[in-house]
Amino acid sequence: MPSNERVRILVVDDEEIVRESLAGWLDKDGYLVEQAADGRSALARLGAQPFSILISDLKMPEMDGLALQAEARKLQPSLAVVIMTAYATVDTAVTAMKQGAFDYLVKPFDPEELSMMMQKIVAQQELVRENAVLRKALRKEHQLQDLASKAPAMQAVFELARTAARSSSTILILGESGAGKEVLARAIHAESPRAAGPFVEVSCAALTESLLESELFGHEKGSFTGAMARHKGKFEAAHQGTLFLDEVGDVGPKLQLDLLRVLEERRFHRIGGNEIVEVDVRIVAATNRDLQKAVASGAFREDLFYRLNVIPIRLPPLRDRREDIPLLMEHFLERLSAELGRPVDGVTPEAMNALVAHPWPGNVRELRNVLERGAVVARGPVIELADLGLELPGPTRGDAPRPGVATAPDQSLDEVERRHIIAVLAHTGFNVSQSARVLGVDRVTLYSKMRRYGLKRDGDDEPTTAPPR
Amino acid sequence: MEPITIWWIGERAMAPAVMERVQQELAQAYGVAVRCAEPPGRPSGTWDPKRRQHLTSRMLSWLLQVGPPGGKLLGLTDQDLFIPILTYVFGEAQLGGRVAVASAARLREDLGPGGEGLFMERLVKESVHELGHAYGLLHCQVPRCVMTRAAGVRDVDEKSRHLCPRCRHRLTEPGRSRHAVE
Ligand SMILES: Nc1ncnc2c1ncn2[C@@H]1O[C@H](COP(=O)(O)OP(=O)(O)OP(=O)(O)O)[C@@H](O)[C@H]1O
Ligand SMILES: [Mg+2]
Ligand SMILES: [Zn+2]
Ligand SMILES: [Zn+2]
Repeated sequence: MPSNERVRILVVDDEEIVRESLAGWLDKDGYLVEQAADGRSALARLGAQPFSILISDLKMPEMDGLALQAEARKLQPSLAVVIMTAYATVDTAVTAMKQGAFDYLVKPFDPEELSMMMQKIVAQQELVRENAVLRKALRKEHQLQDLASKAPAMQAVFELARTAARSSSTILILGESGAGKEVLARAIHAESPRAAGPFVEVSCAALTESLLESELFGHEKGSFTGAMARHKGKFEAAHQGTLFLDEVGDVGPKLQLDLLRVLEERRFHRIGGNEIVEVDVRIVAATNRDLQKAVASGAFREDLFYRLNVIPIRLPPLRDRREDIPLLMEHFLERLSAELGRPVDGVTPEAMNALVAHPWPGNVRELRNVLERGAVVARGPVIELADLGLELPGPTRGDAPRPGVATAPDQSLDEVERRHIIAVLAHTGFNVSQSARVLGVDRVTLYSKMRRYGLKRDGDDEPTTAPPR
Repeated sequence: MEPITIWWIGERAMAPAVMERVQQELAQAYGVAVRCAEPPGRPSGTWDPKRRQHLTSRMLSWLLQVGPPGGKLLGLTDQDLFIPILTYVFGEAQLGGRVAVASAARLREDLGPGGEGLFMERLVKESVHELGHAYGLLHCQVPRCVMTRAAGVRDVDEKSRHLCPRCRHRLTEPGRSRHAVE
């Protein structure tokens, strides 16, 4: 268990009694607590020393909690900010969370809630530190240009790609959508002696056959209506570089023949022209189709297939190399941090389990999209399970209905709401903050609904803000 | 280590058996003389009409004012306690100081089949805990140590009434306690 002695907390409130009583409480947990009476002196302390947590009142004269949060982040980007508020200003507290606050507390707050929140922040920050170490260790190995992987099957792919890059043989990359065919093609170019030359990409699926033809080979002025000027094709553009024929399995019969000719002769003429153009181009083709099947059914020319299939490289789908998921996650989170301009340091263990278990039909692209969503939605620097928006797995307890499962048509709306709340609470292990996020309501609303439906965990106190009796 | 005095400062009467039990367990835990005594009255100026609870810091000041000059003083009450920022507290102590207070008001929640026995056990744990603070102990993270933070009755039930070896060691370590400002 992490020791609290390294955890420095800054408590900011204009009311001395609030500062004192909160600082006294945190003191006894062994945290290093400092106090500031206003935003200005808070910033002075933040400028002098690193803090783990800033707990600030929302309404203060001069600089309010929101402004303080914004300035504090500039000084210490990894600071966890908790905003204290009165009921009347909960909306603003929600704004604070949208601007990156970890959470908010409504004064006076439940001691259990405060305790749990502090523990959660400390645990997350611990996780972040561990991740940083892990990340450094992983970064050096297992890369081919922009591709990250440590799966043995992928290491073999990298090996083959490096060797193949040195030759100018045609390479055919096979793999499901999102598996990384295009990044691999670019990596091969970058690793090849042609790296200084152009990398030109043509998506064969995107264009009609005649447009694609002119796109590839170019045309002379006036060769067809609309051909106002001479146009250089992609083959010419890729001279001394690499031409990437993406989705090559989608090419129609006429163009298949044209392609076959160029691949055989390395020369062609522009549409409507007689001049023979000779090019020095390395071809990398890719497809997510089963080309052998297409050959068998007659949809794809066998001779073209053999011309393309000189060095086939097969990219395994992500579900067959789940050990890559943590590594790819690190890879993407690092980029996302830079893009979003705020730290995205990792995911919770539950989120990680879900990521590793997901089937990933959209492969690495889907993983990147899921993490991107998670990073945008996440409140702190750590992405939680609910942030990912993955479909939830089965119930964790026998008595909880599975979220999202249709309910019987004889139930009232209240009953459906009650059951759904139970299901989500069960799924999150009764984590109210996380459940509120899944449900799309704020925590106060969820608490009041829980009270209304009499929902509490076994042995739990009912959340209360009023003294008993 | 200094002896301990216990005062019942609640509104209603408390069963003598409960007080005796607390007395015994405190003597056990800290190895000092413990006596139950009659307070000179009930705390005044501690009630907050808005919150309808008693302000703990005023309880502590009152104990300091009217308490005996030497030793540690534990006030036990049936009144609900609060500090301004929290909805309630089970008790509070002057860190490394002379006085402590613990409340029984919330310790009967969810007693279940445990009944009065469980209630007594809870009060013992909270008493040992608050005195631990008075002897300078901070919260401990060793599972089941009586000095772990209990924010609700479930936490109280989870821990034991005993100090872990480390806390026991710290008790005797000179200069280790942090003194809170009064
Ligand atoms: N091993 C990897 N390391 C890092 N990023 C990867 C890796 N594999 C794929 N990606 C990323 O995943 C996304 C999808 O990759 P890419 O576009 O190469 O897939 P594709 O196989 O060409 O898919 P499609 O068949 O749908 O065109 C890109 O953002 C790419 O950068
Ligand atoms: Mg692609
Ligand atoms: Zn305590
Ligand atoms: Zn201990």
